[in-house]
Amino acid sequence: MATDQSLVIALLPEIVSGTFLTKQLLALLPEIILGAFVLIVMLAVAFYRHHGVTFALTLLGLALALLSLPFAMAVSPQRVTPLFVIDGYALFYAGLVLAAAFATALLMFAYFRARSGRAEELYILLLLASLGAMNLAASSNLASLFLSLELLSVALFAMIAYRATQLRPLEAGIKYLFMAGVSSAFLLFGIALLYARIGTLTFGILASRLSALDLGTEPTVLAGLVMIVVGLGFKISVIPFHMWTPDVYQGAPAPVSGFLASVSKSAAIAVLLRTFIAAGSIHVGPLFLVLNLIAIASMVAGNLLALLQDDVKRILAYSSIAHLGYIFVAFLIGGHFAVEAVTFYMATYVIMILGAFGVVSVVSRPADGAEEQTRLNDYAGLFWRRPWLATAFTLALLSLAGIPLTIGFIGKFYLFTAGVRDALWPALTALILGSVIGLFYYLRVIAAMARRPDEEAEPITTHAGLAGACALFIITIVLVGLGVYPAVLIDLIRISAGHIVGLS
Amino acid sequence: MILVWLLIVLIVGGLAALAAGSWSANASRWVSILTFLIGLAIGLYLWVTHADAVTVAQTGGWIVRFKVPWIPRFGIDFQLGLDGLSLMLIMLSLFLGLVSVITSWSEIREQVGFFHFNLVWTLAGTLGVFMALDLFLFFAFWEAMLVPMYFLIALWGHENRRYAANKFFLFTFGSGLLMLVAIIALATIHFADTGTLTFDYFALLGTKMSATAAAFTMLGFFLAFAVKLPAVPFHTWLPDAHTEAPTAGSVILAGVLLKTGAYGLYRFAVPLFPEAAMNFAPIAMTLAVISILYGGIVAFGQSDLKRLVAYTSVSHLGFVLLAVYASNVLALQGGVLVMMAHGITTGALFMLVGALQERTHTREMSRMGGLWPHLPRMAGIGMFFAIAALGLPGLSNFVGELMSLLGTFRASMGFASAAALGLIVAVIYSLYWMQRVFQGPTGTQIEVAGLSDFGARELGTMAAMVIITIWIGVYPQPIIDILDPALTGMRETITVTMMSEG
Repeated sequence: MATDQSLVIALLPEIVSGTFLTKQLLALLPEIILGAFVLIVMLAVAFYRHHGVTFALTLLGLALALLSLPFAMAVSPQRVTPLFVIDGYALFYAGLVLAAAFATALLMFAYFRARSGRAEELYILLLLASLGAMNLAASSNLASLFLSLELLSVALFAMIAYRATQLRPLEAGIKYLFMAGVSSAFLLFGIALLYARIGTLTFGILASRLSALDLGTEPTVLAGLVMIVVGLGFKISVIPFHMWTPDVYQGAPAPVSGFLASVSKSAAIAVLLRTFIAAGSIHVGPLFLVLNLIAIASMVAGNLLALLQDDVKRILAYSSIAHLGYIFVAFLIGGHFAVEAVTFYMATYVIMILGAFGVVSVVSRPADGAEEQTRLNDYAGLFWRRPWLATAFTLALLSLAGIPLTIGFIGKFYLFTAGVRDALWPALTALILGSVIGLFYYLRVIAAMARRPDEEAEPITTHAGLAGACALFIITIVLVGLGVYPAVLIDLIRISAGHIVGLS
Repeated sequence: MILVWLLIVLIVGGLAALAAGSWSANASRWVSILTFLIGLAIGLYLWVTHADAVTVAQTGGWIVRFKVPWIPRFGIDFQLGLDGLSLMLIMLSLFLGLVSVITSWSEIREQVGFFHFNLVWTLAGTLGVFMALDLFLFFAFWEAMLVPMYFLIALWGHENRRYAANKFFLFTFGSGLLMLVAIIALATIHFADTGTLTFDYFALLGTKMSATAAAFTMLGFFLAFAVKLPAVPFHTWLPDAHTEAPTAGSVILAGVLLKTGAYGLYRFAVPLFPEAAMNFAPIAMTLAVISILYGGIVAFGQSDLKRLVAYTSVSHLGFVLLAVYASNVLALQGGVLVMMAHGITTGALFMLVGALQERTHTREMSRMGGLWPHLPRMAGIGMFFAIAALGLPGLSNFVGELMSLLGTFRASMGFASAAALGLIVAVIYSLYWMQRVFQGPTGTQIEVAGLSDFGARELGTMAAMVIITIWIGVYPQPIIDILDPALTGMRETITVTMMSEG
């Protein structure tokens, strides 16, 4: 920790004069606003329990936090305590998390308003989880990484099991709890091993000391790194750490599944990217091989398993495993282009998976105590009954498949470019194979929607409401708009996420 | 800019057809017809104003070009260009689009608006393919046009429609991804060589690369185009897709979508990698000859009339593949004429089969027979297109096939002789199905009493197609004139590249 102390000493004049503190606070503004709104919403619920008011306050908090991002950007990069670094990269992911949480809040409002029972606490949990996710992306220390991850996970247990009167959500919550426990144990052990050999928890110092070591002769360090991969691998559910994913996605309320797939994964990917790429240890022989195998296995097996499903949420769960495998292709190349490609694909993925789960959360029978309608058969004839909803779903699915004029294609293009640049032929082959298999099950869903409606079947009910319709409309517009003109997002990523501390 | 307007007309026309569909089915049909007519008018205007081959030749064959930056990060432009080759294929596409709307007038009764939306957007996508001069843009159109086509088959097709639609989509999508890798590899190699990242067709022409890299990259393009063309052994999606699609879908598939594969070979697979393509020519030409003969023989063996017509496409497009790799201007011109002729005659045959199926409720030839006295107009028109398809001199297919065979003969006597056998096979299967459907004793399983022959709407369409078939057969010179600068320019680029490398 010697270097950290010397850093503090070096910055002493600024700290005394107070400018340092102002800048730090400014950099932390989004987190501070979000933290404040956690309290405000909690107090509001305590004194005046009203779904609409809670929802409005949550939206206000998320919107204010989003609006404060440019101010934080102005003072970035900024090191805030030894634990966090607010750079363009962290702020981009913060924006992604906040926007996704905003969409989730809209969808949750539509979903829970159509069901009886109290939903107010869910918004507190949503804000807490978002705070954890934002901090995760800004972590520059293994300790803050762990704490942020726990903040995210603990809020998520409750969110998943929120409809606790039902069996499925409860089962999913318990599964997620166990899984998170196991992954935290791996993560902690990995951190401990690293600390035992290297003696620091700070990323920057870790990187410089790691690069001085020959990892081939350092089993402790290697084991530590691999255990961190395992711990985070559970979070982003790549194969072989994926077993919990389909059950949890299926059991959780649909908007929460969407949140889990988008926010939780993007935050974990953000910190994984920062740990390994900034640490420059991606190309270490055995580690590279492990990541390569994880990528190929996730792409192939994730897609193959999705083929066998008859439940839309399970299909999306398995496809999310495959998509994280895709992201690993870009992850493997390391360097600036990896940051850009991974970030772009992650943003892409967040948009399209929110669109898909958004539709799923809208297509559900609102009756009390009933299961959600997520079987493929429930979607039969959606095209003829709810053409706009079916169009939104079709566009989201085509985007997941990577068809041009949707943002998913530009994301795929990034991945292919990354793969070709570093000549990762095995991973590219798996990517092509996976994409073809993927298209097949996305088409299954689309074909189900296109089937002529069965007259005897009980027609599905939908209840988008204004909030749900707004969310789906915005997501679909963004999905197609950025697919046609992606330069906006590419530039945004290059001016923000391109500035990642620790990578020159 | 006129090229962008052409695309906008189709895109807006598709949306208008969708909107009109919720009001009245006929409104949607008329909007689509109007859209295609405007498109054809733009095409004709370009043709007439640029019929003078001399001025066009000075620009390397390009009639109009348009370019604006699109994704600067990767050096991707929105670049469109039109030369004689593109123009001819665009005219063919728009004409067949018009025909499709008319032919589905009584066939499609459900979701008429959405049907026409998909129809118009499929053609918008193919027009994009025929005009794109940025490889990224080309790929975007290439894949995007699959989606509306998928819906045409999956929603309005026959019994096995979903299986056929999936197979069609997966084959094309999978081979397309190989092409995407090849495109990126080409751009990356070019970047490593020159330091500029670009997907511009003209910049990438003559990229220096090792023979191995060129061979693999070329193969990526070739596979995508060979699946679309289709060449044996990548043809298995075609009979299913064609058979299960509604009539309009079959017409568009055979007449337009298959041509995108041929166009890709003309524009990209050969000019971008001239040497690798020349080394590959024997294999490609072998595949072409196999396609010609195998397609014809398998067509002969079909009992389903629509499937039979579908397989003849494999055979006819084999001549195009042969012509591309024979790679002299005569063969290339012949190849384009085969495409035009095949588009018209096969389109007409699919319409005939569709009309027969609408009336007799079957496609099985064994259940038909002896229909001539009951359906004299259909029989006569069927006879005309059957003998056009088998290559009777004076009709369109003959000119194209003869020219491509002559051109191939200069490149390789063996392949030309083997391919010429295909003409005999064509005679056999064409006459065979005519006999089984229209001649002989009347089929017992069909209620012949109430059969109605072609009406005025169908007759008018058929008459237009008959006239075009005769026109190309007798006086193809206007088409050859507009093609010549484009194809000569293409040959020159190839020769220049090979000289500078060799």
